[in-house]
Amino acid sequence: MSTSVADRAPAGEVVLSLAGVSKRFGAVQALSDVHMDVRAGEVVALVGDNGAGKSTLVKVISGVYEPDGGDITFAGRKVTVGGPSEAQALGIATVFQDLALCDNLDVVANLFLGQEQLAGPFIDEVGMEKEAWRLLKTLSAKIPSVRIPIAALSGGQRQTVAIARSLVGSPQVVMLDEPTAALGVAQTAEVLNLIERLRETGLGVILISHNMADVQAVADRIVVLRLGKNAAEFRVEDASTAELVAAITGASDNVVASRASRRSASTQTETHIESGEQDG
Amino acid sequence: MVDQEAPASTVAADLADERLLATHGIGGYGHLMWNRLRSGELGSLPVIVGLAIISIGFYTAEPRFLSSRSLVSITQFAAPVGIIALGIVLVLLLGEIDLSVGSVSGFASAVMAVTLLDQGQSMVVAMLAGILVGVAIGALYAVLYTKLGVPSFVFSLAGLLGFQGALLYVLGANGTRNLPSDSFLVDFTRFQFVTPTMSYVLVGATVVVFVLAQLWGIRQRTAAGLSAPSVTLVGVKAALLLVSLGLLTWYVNIDRGWTYIWVFFVVLVVLMDLVLRRTRWGRHVYAVGGNEEAARRSGIKVDRVYFSVFVACSTLAALGGLLAAGLQTSVSQASGTNDTNLTAIAAAVIGGTSLFGGRGSAYSAMLGIIVLQAIQTGLNLIGVDSSVRFMVTGGVLLLAVAIDSVSRRARSSSGRG
Repeated sequence: MSTSVADRAPAGEVVLSLAGVSKRFGAVQALSDVHMDVRAGEVVALVGDNGAGKSTLVKVISGVYEPDGGDITFAGRKVTVGGPSEAQALGIATVFQDLALCDNLDVVANLFLGQEQLAGPFIDEVGMEKEAWRLLKTLSAKIPSVRIPIAALSGGQRQTVAIARSLVGSPQVVMLDEPTAALGVAQTAEVLNLIERLRETGLGVILISHNMADVQAVADRIVVLRLGKNAAEFRVEDASTAELVAAITGASDNVVASRASRRSASTQTETHIESGEQDG
Repeated sequence: MVDQEAPASTVAADLADERLLATHGIGGYGHLMWNRLRSGELGSLPVIVGLAIISIGFYTAEPRFLSSRSLVSITQFAAPVGIIALGIVLVLLLGEIDLSVGSVSGFASAVMAVTLLDQGQSMVVAMLAGILVGVAIGALYAVLYTKLGVPSFVFSLAGLLGFQGALLYVLGANGTRNLPSDSFLVDFTRFQFVTPTMSYVLVGATVVVFVLAQLWGIRQRTAAGLSAPSVTLVGVKAALLLVSLGLLTWYVNIDRGWTYIWVFFVVLVVLMDLVLRRTRWGRHVYAVGGNEEAARRSGIKVDRVYFSVFVACSTLAALGGLLAAGLQTSVSQASGTNDTNLTAIAAAVIGGTSLFGGRGSAYSAMLGIIVLQAIQTGLNLIGVDSSVRFMVTGGVLLLAVAIDSVSRRARSSSGRG
C-alpha cells in the first residue's frame, strides 16, 4: 500500500491556504489559529473528534460562517467568502453530508439545478444531458440512466450525483463532508474511487471523515483538529492508525495504541526488513 | 482514457449501461408504459379511466349527456374554474395551498363590474382593474409567506373570508350588477364559437407543430449522440392526436363548435405546461416543491419562486373570476362563493397534481375540471338534487386523493419517490 502512495503524481501548487483562522461563538472558541494548505491534485483529510471544529472549518471555507480572524488565500489571492454561492463562484465546491438533492427531479435536473443551460428562453435539455454523461464518465460513475428521478437511486449513486454536481462549475477545490457515512461496503469503495478520480483530474480535495480506513485509503495528507486547534499533521504513509487516534483523542493510552504496540513488538523484525527493502 | 468516447459508436451515450432495459419499437414502448404503471407512476391514467366510467354511466342513464350540445356546454362552463385550477396547480407544486381563490375571483369580478358600470370606465380599464386586484392579493400573500412566515393555509383561509367580505362591500347595497350583453367580456365568453373551417385549421396546425417539435427534438438528440424516440412512434402519436382531435372537433361542430373561452383555456394550459417543463422558472418551481433546502443551497432564489407563484395563482383566479362573470352576464353577491374554491382545488388534485408538492402538471387542471363539470352536468341532466352533487363531488375528491396516496406508496416501494 505504501508503494502505491509513493507512485502517486506529485501534488501541484497550493490552491487554498488557511492561516490563523479563528472563529468564536459567544464564549466558545470553536476555531483558534487553524492553518491548512490544499494543493492541486491532492487529497487532504480533515479528521477530528466530535466538536473538534471540522464542521465549523468547512462552513468557514464554504462561506456559511465568516471567520473572526485569519486569512484565506485562494489561487494566490487573499479572499473573503461571503456565502455558499460566492464560494462556488470562486471555485470552492462543497458536498454537504445531507447531499441536498431533489428526489422528484431526474439526475440531469439535479446536476444543473440553479445553473441550468439555456437555449433561447428554454432549458437546453439535450446539451445538459450530454454534459451530464461527460461529467459522469470522467468520474467513471455507474448511473444507469440520467433520466430517472433521484428517488430511484441507491445511496452511493446519490453521493455520486452530488459529487458530480459539485463539478459542474469547474471548481478547483472540492470539499466532501462525510461522503461515506451512510454507505455500505461496495458503495463506499465506489465513492473512494470517485475521490481518487477527482485527484487525478487535478482538483484539490478536502475530505472530512470519521473513518480512518477511508482516510488512509485515499488521503495524501491528514490534518487533525482537536478542540479547535491544529493537533497534528501527517503524510499518510507516515501515520499509523494508532498515531492518528492518539492525535485525535489527545491521549496515547488508548486501546488502539496499546494493541498496536503489542503487535509491533512481536513483528518488529519483519517491519524492519520491509522498510529496508523500500529504502534500497 | 477517461475522456474517450464510447467505443461502440452505434450505442447512444445514454443507452450504454448494460443494466438499462432496452426498448425497441412500439411494443417496447408499450412495455415501458406498463412497467411505469406498475411502479405507481400513474400519470393521468386514473382520471381518464374515471372520465370513461363517468361518461358511460351518465350516457346509459341519459343519452343526451354525450350529445354535441352537452359537450359544448361542459367545456364552456368548465373553462373559468379551470383557469382558477391552473393557478392552484402552481401553488400545489410548491406544496402550499390557496383556499381563497374563489373569493379572490368574486372580488376581482366585482371590482371589474363596479369600475365598468358605476365608474363608467371602458371594458379594458375595468378588466385591468380586476386583474390588478389579483396581482395585488398574490403579492400580499407572498409577503405574508416569505417575510412573516405565515402558513399558506392560514392566510388563504383569512383571505377566503376577507375577500368575500370585500366582494359584498364593493357591490354595496345595490347587490347584483348585470353586464351589458353587447360588452366584449360577455360576447367572448358566451357567444363566440370557432367556425368549422377555422377549427379544422387549428387541429391541423396543432398536429403539425407537434410533429415538427418532436422531429426537431429527435434531430437534436441524434446530433448530440443520445438515443432518440423512433420516427414511427412520433408518427403513431401524431396520427392518434390527429384522429382524436379531429373526431372531437367534428362532433362538437355538429352543435355550435368549440367556444372561444375553452380554446383560450386550452392555450393557457399548453403554455403553462411549456413554461413548467421547459423554462428555468418552471424547473425551480418543481425543485422548491421537491426539496426547498436543496433548492436554496443550489442558489435558487426561493423567495422569488414563492412570490411569482402566489402572484400567478391569484392573478389566474382573478382572470377566471372575470370570465365566470362574463359567462353568467352578471356579478352578484354569490359570485365566486359557493363551491368555486373547493371545485378549483379538487380539480387540480383529481387531475393528478400531488398535494405533497413537486409532482403534477398543468394538464391536471384541464382533466380535473372536465371530470367535475361532467359530473355536474350529468347529475343536472338526470335531474338529481344538488345535495347529491356535493356528495358525489366529495366522494370523487376523496377517491382522487386516495389514489394519489396509494400511488405515492407504490412509487416509494419501487424506488420512484
